[in-house]
Amino acid sequence: MSPRRDSGGLAGPLVGFTVVVAIVGVLAFLLARGVGLERAAPPIEELTVDRIELPEPGRIVLHVVNGGPDPVSIHQVVVDDAVWAFSIEPEATVGRLKRATVEIPYRWVEGEAHEIQLISRNGVTFEEEIAVATETPTAGLGWFLRLALLGVYVGVVPVALGLATHPFLTRLGERGLDFVLALTVGLLVFLAIDTMAEAVELAGEVASGFHAPILVWTVAIATLVGLLAVGERRRAGGGTLEPLALAGFIALGIGLHNFGEGLAIGAALSTGAVGLGTFLVVGFTLHNVTEGIGIAAPLAESKPRLLHFAWLALLAGGPAVIGCWIGGFVFDPLWGSLFLAVGAGAIVQVVVEVGRLVATRSTAEMGPWRGEVLAGALAGLAIMYGTALLIPA
Amino acid sequence: MSETPNHASDRTDPPDGPEKPKGLSRRTLLKGGAAAGLAALGGATLGLSGRQQQLEPRTEVPNLHGAGGTGPVEDISPDGFDPTAFATDFDYGRASTLPDGRTLREYDFVAVDKEIEIAPGVWFPAWTYNGRVPGPTIRCTEGDRIRVNFSNAGSHPHTIHFHGFHPANMDGVFEIVEPGDSFVYEFDADPFGLHLYHCHTTPLKRHIHKGLYGAFIVDPAEGRPEAREYVFVMNGFDTNFDAENEFYAVNTVAFHYMRHPLPATVGERVRLYVINTLEFDLVNSLHVHANFFDVYRTGTRLEPDEFTDTVMFCQGERHVLELEFRHPGHFMFHAHQSEFAELGWMGFFDVAEA
Repeated sequence: MSPRRDSGGLAGPLVGFTVVVAIVGVLAFLLARGVGLERAAPPIEELTVDRIELPEPGRIVLHVVNGGPDPVSIHQVVVDDAVWAFSIEPEATVGRLKRATVEIPYRWVEGEAHEIQLISRNGVTFEEEIAVATETPTAGLGWFLRLALLGVYVGVVPVALGLATHPFLTRLGERGLDFVLALTVGLLVFLAIDTMAEAVELAGEVASGFHAPILVWTVAIATLVGLLAVGERRRAGGGTLEPLALAGFIALGIGLHNFGEGLAIGAALSTGAVGLGTFLVVGFTLHNVTEGIGIAAPLAESKPRLLHFAWLALLAGGPAVIGCWIGGFVFDPLWGSLFLAVGAGAIVQVVVEVGRLVATRSTAEMGPWRGEVLAGALAGLAIMYGTALLIPA
Repeated sequence: MSETPNHASDRTDPPDGPEKPKGLSRRTLLKGGAAAGLAALGGATLGLSGRQQQLEPRTEVPNLHGAGGTGPVEDISPDGFDPTAFATDFDYGRASTLPDGRTLREYDFVAVDKEIEIAPGVWFPAWTYNGRVPGPTIRCTEGDRIRVNFSNAGSHPHTIHFHGFHPANMDGVFEIVEPGDSFVYEFDADPFGLHLYHCHTTPLKRHIHKGLYGAFIVDPAEGRPEAREYVFVMNGFDTNFDAENEFYAVNTVAFHYMRHPLPATVGERVRLYVINTLEFDLVNSLHVHANFFDVYRTGTRLEPDEFTDTVMFCQGERHVLELEFRHPGHFMFHAHQSEFAELGWMGFFDVAEA
C-alpha cells in the first residue's frame, strides 16, 4: 500500500485511504446486516482434546481446545458409558480457540483402556480414548533425568557414533566420498519426508480452527527459504558452503528432526501409548547413527577439531533431549507440528546444500549422476528405511 | 421445582455406611421440641457431626462417588419440565356425562417442537405432546369415552396411536395429521390396564424417540387398592443422532430421582406404572433394591403374575408393580442394565418411618 515516490502529491495516500475505508465499510456492513447465510440450526460445535493426564489414581485431567466457529459448553461427562462428576476450568463454556481443563474424579484401571465422552449443552459428543491407562509421570527430577537419558540415547549417542566415522571418511577416495555425500543426501531426503509426514499427521490432530495443515507447509517453506538465504550470505563469494558451515547446517536440520522424534517419544511415554522397550531405543540409535555419518561427510577433506565434533553432536543430538522433555511434560499438537515443520524445512535446505556440493564435485563429462552418486543416494534412503523398520510405529 | 415434595423432607439422613443405625427420623427429633439442639445431638450420637445439611429441610442424598454426578450445571432448570411433579400427575381430562350415563373425558393435545432439558445442562430438540416429554398421563376408568382433540403445531406430520381396543380409523396410523391440521380421536377406554400412546408416523423410530409418547392408564371399574402411585416412563435420548442413546432415564431427566428421591413410607403400598418407550435398545428393566414386588403384566388382571425384584420390558411393554418398604432409608431403583443405570436410569426412594 505504500505510495511510490513518483506517484506525485496526495494521490497515493488518498487511494490507500479510500481502499481502507472501503474494506472497513464492507466489513461493517456485513457484520451489521449478515450475509444471508446465517445458520438457523444448532451451532457447529467442535472440541479437541489436546492432552490427557492421569496424575494419580482416581483422577483424570483433560486439556481441551475449541477449534470450531462457535462457543462450546461442556455440561456432562461420560466415562466408560457412565455419567460422571467433573469440574471444568476456567469455565464450562469454551470460546473459539480458547482452552479449558476438565477434571474427572474417576478410578481408572492401570493397563486398561478408557473412553471419555464430553457432552455439550446441545448434546454433541466429543470422544477421546485412553488406550492404555498408566499414571502420568509427575514433573519430578527422576522423570526429568529419565527423559534426558532417553534423549541422549536416541539423539546424542548415535550422532556422536556416526561422527566418529570421520577418520575413516578421510581415507576414502574421491569416488568413495561421492558415495558417502550422496548417501547423506539420500538419508536427508528420507528425514525430510518423514518429518513432514509427521508434521502433517500431527497437524491433523490440532483443533481445526488453527488451520494447522496449511500452517505446517507455510512454516516449512518459510524455514527453507530463510535458511537458504542465511546460507547464501555465509557463502558470500558463491560456490559451496565451507565444510564446517555445511556440517553445521546439516546438524541443525537433523537436530530439529531429532527434536520432533524426542517430542513423539516423550509424549508417547507420558500417555502410556508405547512401552519404550530396549528394542525401540536400539532402533532409534541405529537409525540415527546414519545421521552422524551424514554430518561428518562434508568434513572428510578437512581437519576439524574435536571440539567442533562435540558441538555438532550436541547440535544434532541435543534437541532430542529437549524434545523428550517437552513431549513428556507439556506436549501440545499445535506446537509439536510447527517444530516438525521447521525441522522439515531445515532438512530440505541441507539437501539443497549437500546436493550443490555433490554437483560441484562432479566432472564436466560425467555430470552429477554418476554410479556412485546414484548408489549412495539410494543406499541412504534404503538404510534409513531399513533401520526405521526397527522402530515400532 | 427442585425440592423433594411433601414428606420426603421430614426424615433423617439415611445410613450411607453399614455402621450407622437406621430408623431415627428427623420428624421424631423435631417433635421432641428443642429441634435444632436435638437434631445436632442426634447427629453427634450417630457420628454425623459436622454435617449441617441435616438441619436443612431437604434430605441429603447419598453420594455415589462420582457416578451420576454432575459438573458445573448441578440440576435442571426450575422453569422447565419437572419429573417429580410428572410422576404423580394424572390427567383425568374434562369429564362430563354422556346421555347414556357414561363418562366422557376430553383432552386437548397439541404437537409442538420444543427443546427440552434431559440432563442438567444438556438440551434435546424434542417433538412433544403439549410441550413435554412424556406427554400427559391420561387416566380414566374402563368404559369411559375418551375424546382427544389433536392439533399439530409442529414442523412434521404426526398422529397419536393409542394402545387398546378402537376402530381402524381411530388408530392413528393412516390419518396422518399434517402441520396446521387437526384430528379428533374418540374411543372407549378398554381394556383396563396400563397402556401407552405414541406417534405412529413414519419414520417411527425418529417420531417416537424424539419424544412423542405418554402413559395411558385405564383403571378397572372396581378400582385398585389404595396406594401411593408413581408413573415411570422409561426413555432415552440420542442427542447426537447416531442411533444410540446418550442418556437414559425414567421420566426424561437423567438421575433426577437421585437428586430428588421419590418419597414413600414404611408399610405403605406403593404402586408403580412402568412403561418402556425406549428406542434403539431392545430391552429395558427395572430393579428395586432391598425389596420384592408383585408384577401385574400390562396391568390387565387383578391377580399378580409374579413376585420378583427385577422385571424385564421389551419396547412398548409395561407392567403395574406393587411393593411395600419394610425399612426406612434411601433405596435405589434402576435398570439392571448397568450401562442404562449409569447413563441416567437410576433413582432413589426416600422411605420414611411410618
